[in-house]
Amino acid sequence: MNKEKANREQLVHISKRAALPGWKSWLIRVLSVVASLILCAVIIVLFTGDNPFQIYATMIKGAVGTPRRIWGLLQNVAMLLCVSLAVTPAFKMRFWNIGAEGQVLMGGLATASCMILFGDKLPPAVLLAVVVVASIVAGAVWAVIPAVFKAIWNTNETLFTLMMNYIAMQIVAYFVYIWSVPKGSGKIGVINATTQAGWLPALGKHGYLLNILIVAALTVFMYIYLRFSKHGYELTVVGESENTARYIGINVKKVIIRTMLLSGALCGVAGLLLVSGTDHTITRDTAAGRGFTAIMVSWLAKFNPLYMVLTSLLIVFMQKGATEISTVFGLNDSFSDIITGIIIFFIIGSEFFINYTVKFRSRKEVAAQ
Amino acid sequence: MITSFLHRAVMQGIPLLFGSTGEIITEKSGNLNLGIPGIMYVGGISGVIGSFLYENSLADKSSPNAFLIVAIPLLACLLGSFLMGLIYAFLTTTLRANQNVTGLALTTFGIGFGNFFGGSLITLVKTDVPSITLSLTSKYFSKTLPFADKCGWFGEVFLSYSFLAYFAILVAIVVGFMLKRTRTGLNLRAVGESPATADAAGISVTKYKYVATCVGSMIAGLGGLYYVMDYASGVWSNDAFGDRGWLAIALVIFTVWRPNIGILGSILFGGLYIVHNYLNNIIPMNMSTQELIKMAPYVVTVIVLIAISMRKKRETQPPASLGLAYFREDR
Repeated sequence: MNKEKANREQLVHISKRAALPGWKSWLIRVLSVVASLILCAVIIVLFTGDNPFQIYATMIKGAVGTPRRIWGLLQNVAMLLCVSLAVTPAFKMRFWNIGAEGQVLMGGLATASCMILFGDKLPPAVLLAVVVVASIVAGAVWAVIPAVFKAIWNTNETLFTLMMNYIAMQIVAYFVYIWSVPKGSGKIGVINATTQAGWLPALGKHGYLLNILIVAALTVFMYIYLRFSKHGYELTVVGESENTARYIGINVKKVIIRTMLLSGALCGVAGLLLVSGTDHTITRDTAAGRGFTAIMVSWLAKFNPLYMVLTSLLIVFMQKGATEISTVFGLNDSFSDIITGIIIFFIIGSEFFINYTVKFRSRKEVAAQ
Repeated sequence: MITSFLHRAVMQGIPLLFGSTGEIITEKSGNLNLGIPGIMYVGGISGVIGSFLYENSLADKSSPNAFLIVAIPLLACLLGSFLMGLIYAFLTTTLRANQNVTGLALTTFGIGFGNFFGGSLITLVKTDVPSITLSLTSKYFSKTLPFADKCGWFGEVFLSYSFLAYFAILVAIVVGFMLKRTRTGLNLRAVGESPATADAAGISVTKYKYVATCVGSMIAGLGGLYYVMDYASGVWSNDAFGDRGWLAIALVIFTVWRPNIGILGSILFGGLYIVHNYLNNIIPMNMSTQELIKMAPYVVTVIVLIAISMRKKRETQPPASLGLAYFREDR
């Protein structure tokens, strides 16, 4: 290596930060969101040729313009938040559960099948209890299968849970065909439309209020569970270092299986809320990619359930807003995915500047060495 | 019927083969790129945009320039997927971001990108064509070997594909050879197994990760291009590509990170993807059973995944540092 090249390499030096004060790291995150919004604005202007402020006004109107839209927004935030809460304990344990999509679907399928099979056989209150238990069990079972293999044989959980998503989707597709109304149409339609058996009751006149309240309660529960319970402590230690966990006498296998049971059970709840509390039907797209978006939501919030409220709000807000823009300007509504992608890229990138510092050495300093 | 089944299976398998070969190179460098489904969408749509603009700029549609009509979509596809790979490599290698999150964001972005331009290209370019149909380009991309028709069943099974299909097989063989028998391949595997050791041996970890990720995504992107231009005869419809990107990732595990096994594996997966259509002729079955049969590739992959983790044979394990970022000053 010649001397000049050696010198050039030393011009940039990256090192880990000891710790950054909380407000500074949040400043970096907020700046990165602002930067991504500016980039998005530039892109939007390129496509639509309109004034960017006008466009952001359109977005805000699309997301929270009417009471109906606000309820829709809150409902979507609640659903995304519920799945995000579900994947968080697993992630904190460094168990990459990217199978939330499948776990939600299985929970939803259990809900739908109870509603269809027992809809006119059980009294409404009993049916509701059966539906709740079935969905939680189904989600938990779907999540615990990869966990058992991970605990015993160290099977790669990322790839395993990923495959389980598509197995779940095909199982749902199978039952959708079997139960389709009318036969052979490939669609189930609204289940128990007249009797409303197995539907989550609507509180007041807003159909989604109960969903939102349930998810709010889950958020508080998850915050306490991760922060103050023994279980939460154990899974954090397993995530930081499995050897340490073993050394201080934590049964790692048990923790992995227990945490994934919880993770899957919450996904099952999300399936329940989607099928019994929102759509009253099931398709293979019921989860609508939330299983994947939830991973980003959870990670962006640093696995803190309270911050997750903000990150899921941000993502749902941008999606709703971008959908409005594409309707107004006659563009395809996948536009919202592009916007979401860009924002996430920026926030992911900004973590680097929180964890590391970059020092540029002056040429003089290098020459002096 | 068996010949036509094999023919369709290969046609289905080629995009998967491109995707899995690209992902194998990437994973061998320790990067678990879950953005492959998005990258394949971007590869497809970039090629479509390139060829759409070229076809629309032609004054005389009957005699296009044979070189340009192939080269423009090809280059556009490579450029698009290269940029996607670059985003991933920059975020995970230079900025040391979490690979799973980056990959999934890339997939969201890529599929959104594909569907957005697929749905809005006509509005944006302000032409009056009813749909994106690139039959002109597709004619060149789906040209088979000239003597394929004359060789009977042999011709249909082995010779009746376009140049991209043979290129996919060639790439898989070359990559397999490179990984196993060359110095570059050895270094690449070292980076994926233990970047700290590779670094100590004087291998540039950053360089290998960047090059492997970008080359890997360019190869994967070609799978998207092949799908649109040859399999779908130049017709882009949103979400038609489906979950083939994830199937390509499944194929990587199924082939235990070996591209040359991937050639047969992709045909097998391609066959499993369409077998329900053919089984239907032998044993009539309803739509619901067909949905269950479509599950087969994923179930098979899970079984392979479990089997390799139980047997713990060193040759068949995932790269040891797969999914982990490398920082020299970490201990």
